[in-house]
Amino acid sequence: MIRLEKINKTYFGAQPLHVLKGIDLEVTEGEMVSIMGASGSGKSTLLNILGILDNYDSGDYYLNGKLVKDLSENEAADMRNRTIGFIFQSFNLIPFKTAMENVALPLYYQNVSRKKRNEMAMEYLERFGLKEWADHYPNELSGGQKQRVSMARALVTQPKVILADEPTGALDSKTSAEVMQILREVNQSGITMVIVTHEKGIALRTNKIIHLKDGVIENIEINNPDSIDFSKEIK
Amino acid sequence: MFDFDGLKEIWQTITRNKTRSLLTAFGVFWGIFLLVVLSSTGNGFENGLMKQVEGVTPNTGFFFVNQTSEPYKGYQKGRAWTMQLADMEAIKEAFPCVKAISPEASLWSSEDKNVVYSSRSGSFSVKGVMPEYNDIQRSKILKGRYINDTDIAANRKVCLLGKKVYETMFEKGEDPLGKMVKVNGIYFQVVGVVRSYTEDVNINGTIDESVILPFTTMQQVYALGDKIYFFAMVADDDTPISEIEEDIKHFIKERHDIAPTDDDAFNSFNLSEIFKAFKGLFFGIHILIWIVGLGTLMSGIIGVSNIMLVTVKERTREIGVRRALGAKPKNIISQVLSESLLLTTLAGLVGLCIGVGVMAIVAMITSNMPSDNAMFQDPNIGFGAAVAATVIVIISGLLAGVLPAWRAIQIKAIDAIREE
Repeated sequence: MIRLEKINKTYFGAQPLHVLKGIDLEVTEGEMVSIMGASGSGKSTLLNILGILDNYDSGDYYLNGKLVKDLSENEAADMRNRTIGFIFQSFNLIPFKTAMENVALPLYYQNVSRKKRNEMAMEYLERFGLKEWADHYPNELSGGQKQRVSMARALVTQPKVILADEPTGALDSKTSAEVMQILREVNQSGITMVIVTHEKGIALRTNKIIHLKDGVIENIEINNPDSIDFSKEIK
Repeated sequence: MFDFDGLKEIWQTITRNKTRSLLTAFGVFWGIFLLVVLSSTGNGFENGLMKQVEGVTPNTGFFFVNQTSEPYKGYQKGRAWTMQLADMEAIKEAFPCVKAISPEASLWSSEDKNVVYSSRSGSFSVKGVMPEYNDIQRSKILKGRYINDTDIAANRKVCLLGKKVYETMFEKGEDPLGKMVKVNGIYFQVVGVVRSYTEDVNINGTIDESVILPFTTMQQVYALGDKIYFFAMVADDDTPISEIEEDIKHFIKERHDIAPTDDDAFNSFNLSEIFKAFKGLFFGIHILIWIVGLGTLMSGIIGVSNIMLVTVKERTREIGVRRALGAKPKNIISQVLSESLLLTTLAGLVGLCIGVGVMAIVAMITSNMPSDNAMFQDPNIGFGAAVAATVIVIISGLLAGVLPAWRAIQIKAIDAIREE
């Protein structure tokens, strides 16, 4: 589903910063992967490249079998819209839109009719137990609810891949566990999932942990979440 | 771009930020409002003035004789001369562009109360004119008819009464037609009552306070002789009076052995220049109004642009999220442009409507004021100007959105959602 070949990325600032130094990575369809690393390890940059939010200097990135390179703004937007679902640490819900409207927004950019996309949004909100909250604005929702709305928004376009950037970073441990449980369920429905985190407890709930250090992959740890008793774990 | 769904999306954004939207819109509203009110006021004064000169054709020239000031062909300077009726016919023949020509004579009475009917009397000026005079200075005929060719040919002793004359000499509602009125000692039969179109612009005294006689009759009964000191004429629309004014003077001077260079002997003036001056004045006023109005509007537009820029900056995250969720650059551009367009257009239309409404109320108040010769009439912006204002608002709404839209597409999703 995702294949990275020798991806290099340098930020040219006052001092050029070589952030990614030849990343090779393969994530197959249906996998649940986490990327771990200290701050400055390049994990956010990697996620931005995976999400077609940023470009890379050299190497090749194949997403869903297609080479993602030198895309126009429109092609990139279209690919983001149809293939990728984003989940952000700070949720990034639009404050003046209700939960339902937030969820329906990606469909608006697919020119889905208002009626149809509201129907679909409701369906996904219901799936996350937020049916009663559909008409509420983000500031009326709790952190966990907000993240569930943003998950519904990420899934409403039925993407191939979910990219989550510190999805539990703003949540308490109980809510974090709930969110991770949902993400696991989503993954089990066949959607590939890449989670960027710096929390061991989160990474341990994924099948593959990629440790990133100073722009290179240090090691890849194969993990079986089912063997871990999370009830004892203290985040 | 302007589908209903998109409009709803934009409307939502605007209404979610009510205060900001209102403040933004106010500048445009005020600009258009001022433009409408100023422009209508200007039109009101112009209409008022034009009403004053209604009934007077701008293409009118007036000619009057004087003593000569140069010796010529054996005549001494200082010679008194006059024109004759034959000169009028000659002018008509020589200048086909003359539409109407009429001499005018006034009778100045030394005696008080020169007009008498039964037990009433009053002091009024007495004028003698030709029927064509009504094409030069138009009167409203309130009763009966104007002087006609038969009156002239037969030297009929008939007269027209000005409105005020009629009101003074007759009981209210009394029919004056056919009644005999004594004017400077001689009886004339009333054939009509006339009123000037306006009371301010008049040639040789107001028609309302005059008794008007057929020119030939007047010459005959008061033994004035075939002498014309003054005449007025109107040229057809294709011939500006100023072009033939000199030619006519030359023509008459030649007929009366007056030196062509003798400017004092025969004077003239025409209304077209006065009209031109008025037109120029109002043209200037209108330009001034549009400059002021457009200037205000422009500052409103710049305000919109400015606030939209702030808005875009404030909404960096939102725009970034939209980009991440699949918004294309054109979606963002159309959103910002549509927001600014909708906001300015709405504000502009509200300004237009309120401006027109206010002026309608002003018009109602002024028209209820009991004045025949109001200097302020029908203050309205006019359809053309209203359309122009609307078009300007729409275009400026788009222009106001250009810079903010350009800024908005510079926002990369990555910048917006980066945690900082």
